Amino acid sequence: MLAYLVRRVLYAIPILIGVNLLTFVLFFVVNSPDDMARMHIGVKRATPEAIERWKADRGYDKPMFVNADAEGSARFTDTIFFDKSLRMFALEFGRADDGRDIGQEIRDRMGPSLAIALPTFVLSLFASISLALLLVFFRATYLDFWGVVICVAMMSISSLFYIIGGQWLVSKLWALVPISGYAPGLDATRFLMLPVLISVLAGIGSSVRWYRTIFLEEISKDYVRTARAKGLSELAVLFRHVLRNALIPILTGVVVVIPLLFMGSLLVESFFAIPGLGSYTIDAINAQDFAVVRAMVFIGSVLYIIGLILTDISYTLVDPRVRLE
Amino acid sequence: MSTPMSFQPVLLWTDLLLFVLLAVALLAIVHVRGNEPLRAAWRKVGKRPTGMAAATVLLAFVVVGVLDSLHYRPLLPAAQAETSAAEAENGTGAAVDAEAATGAESATAGGQLGPVYSTEVLSVLDALLEPLRAQTEKTYSAPFAWQLYQREAMELPDGRQVRGYPRLVHGAAHLQEPEDELAADVAARVASGAGLAVAVWLLCFVVLATIVWQGSGLGWGQVALAMLAGHTVLAWRAALVTLAVILLIVGLCLELAPLYHVLGTDKVGQDVLYLSLKSVRTALVIGTITTLVMMPFAVALGIAAGYLGGWVDDAVQYVYTVLNAIPGVLLIAAAVLMMQVVIDTHPQWFDTAAERSDARLLALCFILGITSWTGLARLLRGETLKLRELEYVQAARAFGVGTPAILRRHILPNVMHIVLISLVMDFSGLVLAEAVLSYVGIGVDPTTISFGTMINLARAELAREPMVWWSLAAAFVFMFVLVLAANLFADVVRDAFDPRRG
Repeated sequence: MLAYLVRRVLYAIPILIGVNLLTFVLFFVVNSPDDMARMHIGVKRATPEAIERWKADRGYDKPMFVNADAEGSARFTDTIFFDKSLRMFALEFGRADDGRDIGQEIRDRMGPSLAIALPTFVLSLFASISLALLLVFFRATYLDFWGVVICVAMMSISSLFYIIGGQWLVSKLWALVPISGYAPGLDATRFLMLPVLISVLAGIGSSVRWYRTIFLEEISKDYVRTARAKGLSELAVLFRHVLRNALIPILTGVVVVIPLLFMGSLLVESFFAIPGLGSYTIDAINAQDFAVVRAMVFIGSVLYIIGLILTDISYTLVDPRVRLE
Repeated sequence: MSTPMSFQPVLLWTDLLLFVLLAVALLAIVHVRGNEPLRAAWRKVGKRPTGMAAATVLLAFVVVGVLDSLHYRPLLPAAQAETSAAEAENGTGAAVDAEAATGAESATAGGQLGPVYSTEVLSVLDALLEPLRAQTEKTYSAPFAWQLYQREAMELPDGRQVRGYPRLVHGAAHLQEPEDELAADVAARVASGAGLAVAVWLLCFVVLATIVWQGSGLGWGQVALAMLAGHTVLAWRAALVTLAVILLIVGLCLELAPLYHVLGTDKVGQDVLYLSLKSVRTALVIGTITTLVMMPFAVALGIAAGYLGGWVDDAVQYVYTVLNAIPGVLLIAAAVLMMQVVIDTHPQWFDTAAERSDARLLALCFILGITSWTGLARLLRGETLKLRELEYVQAARAFGVGTPAILRRHILPNVMHIVLISLVMDFSGLVLAEAVLSYVGIGVDPTTISFGTMINLARAELAREPMVWWSLAAAFVFMFVLVLAANLFADVVRDAFDPRRG
């Protein structure tokens, strides 16, 4: 088990290097820093001096890979590639365009992001698995049929509609909760209720249908027939046998997103003005703050790899046949 | 001098790819007709009423999208050409039209005008919807309104100034006393529109019934009755009912839209119905071209990794793990930001504004394709791993058939159902993604009409009193119908082609 984990972590390193190279190519090779400066300042106002100042402010005025002027190891460390790309492995992200430290900002914003993502995750997992089991229990009846129809209809609605419609109905028409905003501590519940509810609602259509398919696939297997033949009630079959055996495909889809919860949800956070990482990313995209986008790409891929490893570990927990070697 | 053409055809990149896709679809139909197993699978799709109904709706959207993909630049009248050329010369944006400028030069030099084409790129759909496109108001107006949404200072005939809601320039302009006449006029037009729809529907029905009747060996009346009663093998009744609903909506719009703003107008007074119809093409382009451009990579890499194994497998797996490791939205954001820099720093590449926004649309398709091919490649790799060990492939290998031939003749045809299923399944997700990405600011060009840009513009206006709801509602309803039809169709196709589903 330990040897396996060490190997997995080692395997993650080339992937992170790949991500790092890819972002470097995207941000510095596809466009030279001069192009970015011109775009950022505005093509009309981009005098050569302004471009040089812009680059110097961000440390983009160094050579790309090899600094011929420097001595010793500084030949390779005093370059854009080392400064902007390799330093990320030490979680040093540098400064955003507004001068703030990106690492500090990310630490500050993780809390609000989790405050909204964690309840959403737990609630929607619970709700969709229960609803899917309900549909499977009543399979081949009108309840099942109309349940699936509603699921397909719900997944055909744009998530923007859920957010805009929910804000309008609950906050404006009924005036139950504030339209947007955030407060630290327990006071936050007031602000978080609606976004959590909306996120659960927006995702429930596709996930109920997905879990229903998994359960139906499981229910046609021989061990289920045996369990029924033993005289077990349908409920006992569903909860004690089908649910447990369906855990492996469920975990495959679920565990990998747990670490990504830190990243927050772009849309919900920006609509509800919650100061989390999602709204941070959107603001950075709109302000074309390349440093922040780069940092978020890197963090996202680190979290994704952690998720993959967690998925493997979770298999051993739910299925004793799985051994990690 | 010969008379110039009254228009200059323009072939945008996305148009070209859409037509390539159409040609591929036609070839596929020819191929299916000569292949019994494939025909049986598609017959399964046609037997399901939801499949037929969804296909009819999708077909209607495709017609709109194709009409909107036939682009041209209209010829400018001589007088206008000069002002347009002057505008183009001191134009501010990157979309300085080189041809108009040269036209003006030759005009001033020779005293005679060569053909000058507008810098505005129009489509056949624009020409068909000319009244909708041209009849703009000052700002918002509600559906079927005859007054503007906002109060303005008006001068009465006797010279007094009052603040009130002015009449619309085009909406309900043909009525003398709109307050009293509006309801009766709308009702009369609804009736004639419905009559038109019924007539066209009957015509379609007769044509369809004749096609089905041919070679059936039954009487024409029998066949027609069976179609209406839903007793045919293919679910013609579902298609006919859907067609009736579509024709009814089209008929009503034909009667009402030239005289009223059926879905109201937006902030700059553009007709919302026109904007919604124009958005259909953007949605179709994103939903189909994305899959089209990524499919060759996914198929080639997925099959190669699965069949060849070894270092090829390792390399392909490494590439898609790296791409998967980056959260989709962030990769798209990073790539789109960079693409925008490239487009903005190279204005000389594009003749017209339409070409520039088209380049951005195409770039978005490529970027979405790069981020989404990994799923298909992984599925194909897994399936190929299974196929590689089957007897018929091993037999082919034992006979000394070369690897390329095995891949082409034995592996590829047997994984095509996965490709088809993922093509139809991805469509709806991509259409929804476009709206979200455009909202975040990393979607289509802001000048491209799409559901995302419509929602983005309309969103801020919900806070107004009374509420401006119509453009949001129109965008959401259009998108909902398109995505729902695509989802239902995808389900039916998957059921018919996936061997694991009975």
